[in-house]
Amino acid sequence: MGIKIGDKPYAERIQAGIENSFMRQAVSSAQGRFRSGRLKAAEELGDWEDWRTLGEEIRHHTMENLDYYLHQLSEQVEKRGGTVFFAETAEEANAYVQEVAKKKQARKVVKSKSMVTEEIGLNEALEKSGCEVVESDLGEWILQLDEDPPSHIVTPALHKNKEQIRETFANKKGYTKTDQPEELAAFAREQLRKDFLEADLGVTGCNFAVAESGAVTLVTNEGNARMVTSLPDTHIAVMGMERVVPTWEELEVVVSLLTRAAVGQKLTSYITALTGTRLEDETDGPEDFHLVIVDNGRLKILGTEFQSALHCIRCAACINACPVYRHVGGHSYGSIYPGPIGAVLTPLLDGYEDHKDLPYASTLCAACTEACPVKIPLHEHLIRHREIIVEREQRGAKSEEWMMKGFAKWASTPAAYKMSTKMARTAMKPWTKDEQIEKGPGPLKGWTESRDFPAPAKKNFREWYKQREKRRGEA
Amino acid sequence: MKVSLFITCLCDTFTPDVGKDTVQLLERYGCDVDFPANQTCCGQPAFNSGYKQEAIKAMKQMIRAFEASQYVVGPSGSCVQMIKEYPHALKDEPEWRERAQAVAEKTYELTQFLVEVLHVEDVKSTFQGTATYHPSCHMTRLLGVKDAPRILLENVEGLHLIELPMKEDCCGFGGTFAVKNAAVSGQMVDEKAQHIDETGAEYLIGGDMGCLMNMGGCMSRNKQDVKVLHIAQVLNSQ
Ligand code: SF4
Repeated sequence: MGIKIGDKPYAERIQAGIENSFMRQAVSSAQGRFRSGRLKAAEELGDWEDWRTLGEEIRHHTMENLDYYLHQLSEQVEKRGGTVFFAETAEEANAYVQEVAKKKQARKVVKSKSMVTEEIGLNEALEKSGCEVVESDLGEWILQLDEDPPSHIVTPALHKNKEQIRETFANKKGYTKTDQPEELAAFAREQLRKDFLEADLGVTGCNFAVAESGAVTLVTNEGNARMVTSLPDTHIAVMGMERVVPTWEELEVVVSLLTRAAVGQKLTSYITALTGTRLEDETDGPEDFHLVIVDNGRLKILGTEFQSALHCIRCAACINACPVYRHVGGHSYGSIYPGPIGAVLTPLLDGYEDHKDLPYASTLCAACTEACPVKIPLHEHLIRHREIIVEREQRGAKSEEWMMKGFAKWASTPAAYKMSTKMARTAMKPWTKDEQIEKGPGPLKGWTESRDFPAPAKKNFREWYKQREKRRGEA
Repeated sequence: MKVSLFITCLCDTFTPDVGKDTVQLLERYGCDVDFPANQTCCGQPAFNSGYKQEAIKAMKQMIRAFEASQYVVGPSGSCVQMIKEYPHALKDEPEWRERAQAVAEKTYELTQFLVEVLHVEDVKSTFQGTATYHPSCHMTRLLGVKDAPRILLENVEGLHLIELPMKEDCCGFGGTFAVKNAAVSGQMVDEKAQHIDETGAEYLIGGDMGCLMNMGGCMSRNKQDVKVLHIAQVLNSQ
């Protein structure tokens, strides 16, 4: 699939999002649950701000020394019988996994939830080389059956309600029961069990890799990742190159931040740490383990003013806090990474050409920055993106550029400014009725489609002030 | 204490009453208020749209206008926050950066100035009615002024405050966002207007004219019978 989803232009995607009332209902109720969960979990921890600071420090330190920790990680993984592959691009990562699959003569691949494999389009690559790929995370499985991209990075099928899921199961898998979540889940479990047993290859993502021990950790609530990593003989973990922590000690901090910020849980049901292949005296674990470390545009963010975007632990707190996401849903972003972090990350990884509207899909209210457990200044990154789009990329609309040039002149020339505020009322007169403008010209057109705009005052403040001073002088 | 009023371009043009109330309030507490006439707009529309060079022209004008002041006070969290951004925005021009820093340090939002500098928590105003307060995003999250408006409003005699559901959510204004992403902005403000309606309040109070114009414009279109007031108007009401 790749980062980009769909080919519709931004305005159409947004409009489709706004018109999808089912989706919006689902999103707003999920946001409500996640937000209150996060706030409660943060409060329960007590010193949330200290934890955030610690999280930020850990992520910063790790990024500053990324080469060291990745080296340590790969040495440890290899010491424990695993194979490490550094993939510079999505193509390289896919080719490596395809190669392993070929060597193993794999026909069926089971996966647990992983955003990075979505990012590189691994499923399509594996299907092309003749494998059947089955997503085993409930949300991902629903989307796979529906051929629908994820709309959220933690709960990928957030945009669907249970009636829609029942329908998908009925149409694609002959499901006959009700839309009770328990029944739906039981059905998925029963269907997937067969796939787990038949699979030749298990593919997972990696929430964090621990450099000192070479362990790959997976944070889940469904337990499917354990099946994926213990039933097939071969396990391939794919990780973004930034997803490393130095030691178990730091892992504890970032995992606590992740589960609390993501779903308001102290811990998720399963936190799995996998260290290498099965040893002779061990009863489980894969015979063969591969760790694919993916760059795909990350390295070039390192050392730039956007470096803190690599601190992201993919908790989606910023997405859950975002009032824009609330009204347009994940697909409107046209990226598998939606919401504020998506608007920051997508242009960095995939360029401005297809994503230049994303940094503007924010009111800069900073709810994201406030929610982020590792203190990424998301709204500041969005402003910086806008500057780059305008100044370096020269992708601003011409009309806007002229308007802003005019603005600069106006705001730096007091005489012009004074004159315009004085004339504003007269200038707006043709559109004014009962002190309101219901259908505004030019840039006001969009505004007045859904709300009124006030008429400028009869006498502006500075005139009142001038007269008052004059009166005082005379008195 | 000498205070220069930073009126903001919106209050200057659309709601001069807010400026008058601000001046009177400050004078009531013994401030010697002046109005540097060469002030214009803080530059936020350009800055937040990515037009930094254009914004810098506005910033420099504002720095020139307020450099001589002892304190600068404005009835808007968002515009005051913009002035706080100046030193960072001008980091590549050391001389201007320093001048920006000096202005930023003495600039305050109105309620912040009342509570933190003048140490006034009760302005002894009287206002009869039920109202709900919308805490604007830049004022609370960026400037960090969360408590001052609440403390001041709670002490207004006759005012009955009703909590606004989901008050932390942005109203959808976002400056040029309301123009560039007008449809999304319209949905956001509609939800906000619904929440205001749910409170049953007669008045909506806020501390930022941009947000108030947005919410007020939506309620006017919806024919909602809620009057919109800037906090300065309530605090100066006798
Ligand atoms: S940017 Fe912060 S809040 Fe958003 S997903 Fe990443 S870690 Fe979570």
